[in-house]
Amino acid sequence: MKTALDLAVLGALAVALGAATPAFAQDANAGKEKCFGVALKGQNDCAAGPGTTCAGTSKVDYQGNAWKLVPKGTCMTMKTPSGMGSLMPIKS
Amino acid sequence: MATPVLPAPADAAFAAACLDAGQPVPGFIRCPAGERPERRFSVYRNNVVASLIGALEAKYPAVAAIVGDEFFRATARLFIAAHPPRGPVMARFGGPFADFLAGFPPAAGLPYLPDVARLEALVLEAFHAADALPLAHDHLPALASGAIALRRHPAAFLLRSQWPVLTLWRMNTGHVELAAVEDWSGQEILVARPGLEVSAVLLPPGAAAFLETLEVGPAAAAAAALDVPGADLSLILAALAQAGAFCAPEVQP
Amino acid sequence: MTRTSLPAGAGVGFKPQHFAEIAAARQPLAFFEVHAENYMGAGGLPHAQLAALRADYALSVHGVGLGIGGLAPLDTEHLARVKAVCDRYQPESFSEHLAWATHDGVYLNDLLPLPYTEARLAVVAQHVAEVQEALGRRLLLENPATYVTFAESTIPEAEFLNEIARRTGCGLLLDVNNVFVSAVNHGTDATAYLDAFPLHLVGEIHLGGHAEAEDGAQTPLLIDDHGAPVADPVWALFAEVIRRIGPVPSLVEWDNDVPAWPVLRAEAERAGRLLDSARRIAA
Repeated sequence: MKTALDLAVLGALAVALGAATPAFAQDANAGKEKCFGVALKGQNDCAAGPGTTCAGTSKVDYQGNAWKLVPKGTCMTMKTPSGMGSLMPIKS
Repeated sequence: MATPVLPAPADAAFAAACLDAGQPVPGFIRCPAGERPERRFSVYRNNVVASLIGALEAKYPAVAAIVGDEFFRATARLFIAAHPPRGPVMARFGGPFADFLAGFPPAAGLPYLPDVARLEALVLEAFHAADALPLAHDHLPALASGAIALRRHPAAFLLRSQWPVLTLWRMNTGHVELAAVEDWSGQEILVARPGLEVSAVLLPPGAAAFLETLEVGPAAAAAAALDVPGADLSLILAALAQAGAFCAPEVQP
Repeated sequence: MTRTSLPAGAGVGFKPQHFAEIAAARQPLAFFEVHAENYMGAGGLPHAQLAALRADYALSVHGVGLGIGGLAPLDTEHLARVKAVCDRYQPESFSEHLAWATHDGVYLNDLLPLPYTEARLAVVAQHVAEVQEALGRRLLLENPATYVTFAESTIPEAEFLNEIARRTGCGLLLDVNNVFVSAVNHGTDATAYLDAFPLHLVGEIHLGGHAEAEDGAQTPLLIDDHGAPVADPVWALFAEVIRRIGPVPSLVEWDNDVPAWPVLRAEAERAGRLLDSARRIAA
């Protein structure tokens, strides 16, 4: 037995799906533009990396003096209402 | 053939020295006369760390753009030391990155960053999720008769954020122009992959509540949605259905 | 049976960014190879692309994460995932590496080397047997590119591989670039390695590019980065191998700085021409 709300849901769905049923491409070519590049890189492979660059050979410790980095990417453009700084609480 | 029982000192020492550059190169390592073992061993250290940084960069391109390359790589190295991969499938690596960022003092000035990472993780999850056809108009009679239930699509995921992370993510993945963000209100986002393309869309008020409650039933979902201020059931269902949040029934009526 | 059922022509390591061009026309290639670990999600574009490729070409599935060369027991969950990929796509060949990456549950995402000892030989042979048993198919085991050796090693690599094959019935995948890279790195002779290698067990050949370390050190150091065209000395070694054993399924792999499709295809076509001439000489 249908309740009034079920009918409301169905009615709204009928409107949503009725006018223009979305076409979802199943072509394996699809996604090459719009999948946002996910999993096209960073896959498993059997190649070595950069070999002798310093990625793995220096010690990392942000609690020590070695950590002097601050974010310098596009966050410089997208200021929060409180500005750039550390006024915002850390959200967990 | 019986399984040989052996101690594992060689691989243990090799692995530990690979992950921690503070450890000396294991004494059993040899290389040609005149060559330093450190230089040769560093190839493995670099391969391990650089490949994992690369995997994180591929999974979290918007986070990388927001903080910049140098900061991202340094952060990634710390993350890898704290949360190395627990299995060989790289697509699954890096799940705790958002939580790591949330507790990472150098990123505290960017409180929206963990949610951007959460959105990127959902995009990858949707990319690899199970296939299912989205609900279509043809299925409505069966829905109306109660023959089938309205169900969430297996590649549809929700993110509720107190930050405009969809806007931030779009700006940092080349979907829209980078600009100052005017509206810093929170966003509820649906990540879905009804076919093969992943999309992320902004949801109207109440849509997240609807989808979250859908398991209980459509009536409960609608009631939960309508509890949200500004909710409009038609808008909610239009947004969800057209984004591919619902899947087709497994068995055609 | 020595050979896999892959055709003895040239193949290419599949990269998703090349899919549209590959699918647009029949490619002059004998097979494609994919890394098993990239097809372990439930669904989506990777499986759609692989299913489409598989419908048109012979397929080699190449694992990178089983850790056959390690002391740690095989990860049975991962082995089940590999089996699922093989069951789903029924490849003509499955291959893995004489290497390891997992220790204490941590996956290091690189192909790490092992000491060649009697004790390790027993472990590796056991692992190969377990994989073949689980998959219900014969495995090709690949020789690694290495940058260091181990004090305790007592068995030459070619002999180590030969003995694993003898004990387990597995075949071998000869990576000619790895032969060259290791020989340069350890100051040994690549042709002598081929002389010692059980070439009759080779079911597939890999060809790839390497990088020269540019750090001013006296000793040459080559890195197996699959980020460049196949080097001339590697082509020469390849020609020598197929002169000795005739045409074998031969793959060009390019994983870093992946070039446009025509560039990669041209590399494979070069391998294909060498295979054709080996076929004419054999005939």
